Amino acid sequence: MTLSTLYKKHNNSRSMIFYKAKRHILPYLFQAPTIILLMLLMLLPIITVFRYSFLNNVIMNKNPIFVGLDNYKTILSDQIFWISTGNTLYFTIMSVIFHLIVGLSFALLLNSKAVNPIIRGIFRVFYITPWMFTATIVAIIWRLLLNPSGIINYILRSFNIINSNIEWFSSSATAIHALTFVNIWAGYPFYMVSLLAGLQSIPNDLYEAATMDGANELQKFWNITIPQLLPIIISIAMLDFIWTMQVFPLVWMTTGGGPIHATEMLSTYTYKLAFTKYQFSLASSSAVIILILSMSIAFFYIRHQKMRD
Amino acid sequence: MAKQKMRKWYSLTLIYIALLIGLIYSSFPVLWMFFSSIKSNTEIFSLPPKMLPKEFTLKAYESIFSNPTKIRYFINSYLVASVVTFLTLLVAILSGYSFSRYSFKLKKALNLFIISTQTVPPITLLIPYFGLIVSFKIYNTYFALIFTYLVFTLPYAILMMTGYFNSLPKELDEAVQIDGGSNFLALWRVLVPISIPGIVATGVYTFLLSWNEFLFALTLTKTTEMRTVPVGIQQLMGQHAYEWNEMMAMSILGSLPILIMYLIAQRYFLAGMTAGSVKT
Repeated sequence: MTLSTLYKKHNNSRSMIFYKAKRHILPYLFQAPTIILLMLLMLLPIITVFRYSFLNNVIMNKNPIFVGLDNYKTILSDQIFWISTGNTLYFTIMSVIFHLIVGLSFALLLNSKAVNPIIRGIFRVFYITPWMFTATIVAIIWRLLLNPSGIINYILRSFNIINSNIEWFSSSATAIHALTFVNIWAGYPFYMVSLLAGLQSIPNDLYEAATMDGANELQKFWNITIPQLLPIIISIAMLDFIWTMQVFPLVWMTTGGGPIHATEMLSTYTYKLAFTKYQFSLASSSAVIILILSMSIAFFYIRHQKMRD
Repeated sequence: MAKQKMRKWYSLTLIYIALLIGLIYSSFPVLWMFFSSIKSNTEIFSLPPKMLPKEFTLKAYESIFSNPTKIRYFINSYLVASVVTFLTLLVAILSGYSFSRYSFKLKKALNLFIISTQTVPPITLLIPYFGLIVSFKIYNTYFALIFTYLVFTLPYAILMMTGYFNSLPKELDEAVQIDGGSNFLALWRVLVPISIPGIVATGVYTFLLSWNEFLFALTLTKTTEMRTVPVGIQQLMGQHAYEWNEMMAMSILGSLPILIMYLIAQRYFLAGMTAGSVKT
């Protein structure tokens, strides 16, 4: 039976109507588990957190009453909230900048044609290693390395860079920088892998044409490599910004937000409000503020992704 | 000519020096962790510090394997991550198939919703989750973890599966439908078998995400027999602040599934890593 006769047969029978109805309903049937799960796990909690934020101490209090914007007023007039916001911004911006610098440098090294591809492959395996370790393990590794009597202090002292052991994570002068440094180490492989894939997709004739025109390596880098990578750079930097803003395990496992709020982030601030102070309503309004911050950056990320499509 | 050769040699040396600096930066911390796990605890901070142990010992590993509480952390992690991976793949294959093969009214809206869920901060969800999970009486159960982990595994898995199905020609499954097979049959018998690479990549990434999860596991479970590896490591830190070799051994064991997956399926592994950013 040929296709056209088959279609004709279908057209003449009731099965075509069934077929059309099926084409309308089926996609939703396939999506049903996703829709139900996301309603339960995303929509319901977000509605709940908004509701919590307008009540007085929920969860602990059996019959909470509506208090309007009081919780938001309390949060926004809390000095520690603003310290946390400042720390989060510093940590996030520095992490994103250095992730990009380290990730791009490593990607360029691994893409350099002068080196044997097999050797580059071996280096690539090692360069990705930080990404193999989850944040809690990253925290523990660096607590060992940055221990006052640990190896980093020993090396710095033997080169006379410092003359006494530094308590990297427990001194308020160094804690946030140590934390940012560790986060840069943990996060650059994501940039490196993405940018390496991007570098490999730049057509070679662009470089050849530039060489014919007498461009040097630096000119090629600024006029070909960077513009070609820019869409990827913008994507990953925005995604990284959103993710880094949400940092929790690394801080929790190294400094816990201390010493005296020196490394307090919006996430640890909110977590402590909820689970050490049991102020669930205040925590909810802080969580809503974080959500709004994240979503406003996410808005630009999604718009950028759509433009790339 | 000689000058040019000289310059080439010079730049190659510079590249190799840079490569070596990168190697130390990326791998030294990990090597230090590994060698600390096979040292005795007193040797770790001995002066002058040495990378290789004077006295090789597996004591740290032995003490983990002889401790039922610590073994339980691993069982919990494997169990939760496996179930989450299975459920995620099931839901994501259905959803990805629908996104890839049908056009429907709410397609764009649903797709946008899924992309934006990737950016919702976990801490925002945690507080209502805690309230809801306590009121549904599933606090401190596997169910609480499995259920909530789906919120961050599903969006990635759906986007990855949709992308993979999109790369396969539509004629494949249409042929099955014309032969009288149902759509479900087309998916199950034709698309799923040839999508194994995509499913493996998605599964590996899902497993990794749930294996690494910390915040929900810390908050939604309470007793030691419900803790997963990342929380277990944190507990170890509080209890024996000075058993560094054991903490390092625990970290090595806790990273083992990821290291193995990476070494076996490097390509699939990296596919998940770049899923959100690079369009292929």
